[in-house]
Amino acid sequence: MTATIYDLPDARGHFGPYGGVFVAETLIPALAELRDAYAAAQRDPRFIAEFDADLKHYVGRPSPIYHAKRLSDELGGAQIYLKREDLNHTGAHKINNCVGQAMLARRMGKKRVIAETGAGQHGVAAATVAARYGMECVVYMGSEDIRRQAANVERMKLLGADVMPVESGSRTLKDALNEAMRDWVTHVSTTFYIIGTVAGPHPYPMMVRDFQSVIGRECLTQMPELRGRQPDAVIACVGGGSNAIGIFHPYIPYGDVRLIGVEAAGDGIETGRHAASLTAGRPGVLHGNRTYLLQDANGQIVEAHSISAGLDYPGVGPEHAWLKDTGRAEYVAIDDAEALRAFHALCRLEGIIPALESAHAVAHAIKIAPSMAKDGILLVNLSGRGDKDMHTVAEKSGIRL
Amino acid sequence: MSKIQATFERLQAQGRKALIPFIAAGDPDPALTVPLMHALVEAGADIIELGVPFSDPMADGPTIQRASERALKKGVSLRRTLEMAANFRADNNETPVVLMGYANPIEAMGVDAFAAAAFDAGVDGVLAVDYPPEESADFARAMRANALDPIFLLAPTSTEARVALVAKLASGYVYYVSLEGVTGSGDLDVAAVARRVPEIHAAVGVPVGVGFGIRDARTAGAIARFANAVIVGSRIIEEIEQSQPGEVCARVKRLVAELRRGMDESGQSR
Repeated sequence: MTATIYDLPDARGHFGPYGGVFVAETLIPALAELRDAYAAAQRDPRFIAEFDADLKHYVGRPSPIYHAKRLSDELGGAQIYLKREDLNHTGAHKINNCVGQAMLARRMGKKRVIAETGAGQHGVAAATVAARYGMECVVYMGSEDIRRQAANVERMKLLGADVMPVESGSRTLKDALNEAMRDWVTHVSTTFYIIGTVAGPHPYPMMVRDFQSVIGRECLTQMPELRGRQPDAVIACVGGGSNAIGIFHPYIPYGDVRLIGVEAAGDGIETGRHAASLTAGRPGVLHGNRTYLLQDANGQIVEAHSISAGLDYPGVGPEHAWLKDTGRAEYVAIDDAEALRAFHALCRLEGIIPALESAHAVAHAIKIAPSMAKDGILLVNLSGRGDKDMHTVAEKSGIRL
Repeated sequence: MSKIQATFERLQAQGRKALIPFIAAGDPDPALTVPLMHALVEAGADIIELGVPFSDPMADGPTIQRASERALKKGVSLRRTLEMAANFRADNNETPVVLMGYANPIEAMGVDAFAAAAFDAGVDGVLAVDYPPEESADFARAMRANALDPIFLLAPTSTEARVALVAKLASGYVYYVSLEGVTGSGDLDVAAVARRVPEIHAAVGVPVGVGFGIRDARTAGAIARFANAVIVGSRIIEEIEQSQPGEVCARVKRLVAELRRGMDESGQSR
């Protein structure tokens, strides 16, 4: 396989025309401080060793890759492999990044961390590391998401975090992000903002990618051990895009490996009720970076819609925008019904309850596997487990719990 | 000479400071915005900051966010805001109007198309909160090509290097954010602001307006002793929120006149 050099973002956080630092002046010094602290940490062997040790002993890495043989046999095409991020401590990939950022917060002497959350997975991961490192933790969560993800709200509270309901705008992830930014700008000297996805102002998209890239790096060694070669395609769901970047990024130089990001088509792209910013959005500026956004003709951000709270975001990480424009990655969309069917298929055929987010990636594998040869390999990032989605699935599928 | 520069020069000759009230276009109702702008001028406003409603006003506190949401509900976005500025300009050819908002509505229209439209509407300056100087090359160029002043923010945490960066791009005035936080938050430390503003003024070479946290005539007066302009936003929006529809202009006028008095009296007592 051919490897090509890829060294984005540039010094100011740009991935081509995307990314950057589009924030009010009040936040610029804090971002500069963060950029410098992260650059120093990256070069510090002790920081890296401690990060690796926590990923191993606390998170439980490396996560295995599992051959979903019954599912693959049922489809009669390519073999589907699942990167089991659902087996991590706290049940999703989000913890990888939180460990890294909490270690950085401690290094910077910040005693208070804040986070935004949609599905609650990032909030739980942030609350977890805050407990682990002895920090005060405040999590902003849209009141609509609090309703949808009650179990995760309880978990955050058990872990000692304050969960602040956000009542503005659409009361979902984007509004939680606005509110967390406001908190940060008000308490900037004492507070570290743990952003959960590869969006936001530089250095966040780069830093979160770096912390999540452990996923893809493990796959690079695991796949040849399992099958003697790398997969034909890597598939991951994309909301903000952190699990997708985490598994894609180490594969970018491997030009023969297709990278497929799966956005949430909600009720269907044609209905306008979806969360597919790369598939159906336009470039613009939101939350500190330039990227593809769901917006109206006046440049107002429109609400995203998805059965999965974690994909319910009207933007996407700027590196995905760049990977789309350059053609290195492809982006498709899976609607709520397809995701639900994939959810049930994985439960019944493999005994794995996936997060509704991850079920979008599984659904796309189910869609394309039958048209591929039996020795084809699809590697799906199973980014989280679905316990948190019981109520949503029961409601949508007419099951009584 | 830009209208903003002319305003500051005239005030300086009179030994007075500029009062810059902020209102959100379309709040509480699109029909009230232009009358409200005239009322602001009658009460003693020298420059008007007209907020462009945005769905995600990240740098604003709850008060201005609510104003933005009310305006958006009534269908006011960037184009309607420009129409309102033009309507105001039809009856007032002196008072500078500065649009204050976020980058995305501007980018959705296209930076060049926006700059041309703003010029046509009689707008004098634009502050895009999430365009810091390092991301503003295109924006500042388009502004200048259309005789508009690009207004930038500076904060207590801004380094000397950043002040220098703003100095290169800014014209009209710079907006000094007096405290860490969003609009409408906390109490400001007048003494700390008094130490910093003269340094910034010397470095940027254009007038310095101070905003965030100015809620009464006394504070406005204290700030006016050392700043070139006093910017008041959230307090005015609160007054609008507390008013019945029929009394909005009168109540805002009373509030702004009070701020004006606070500033002018503090100038005389020096």
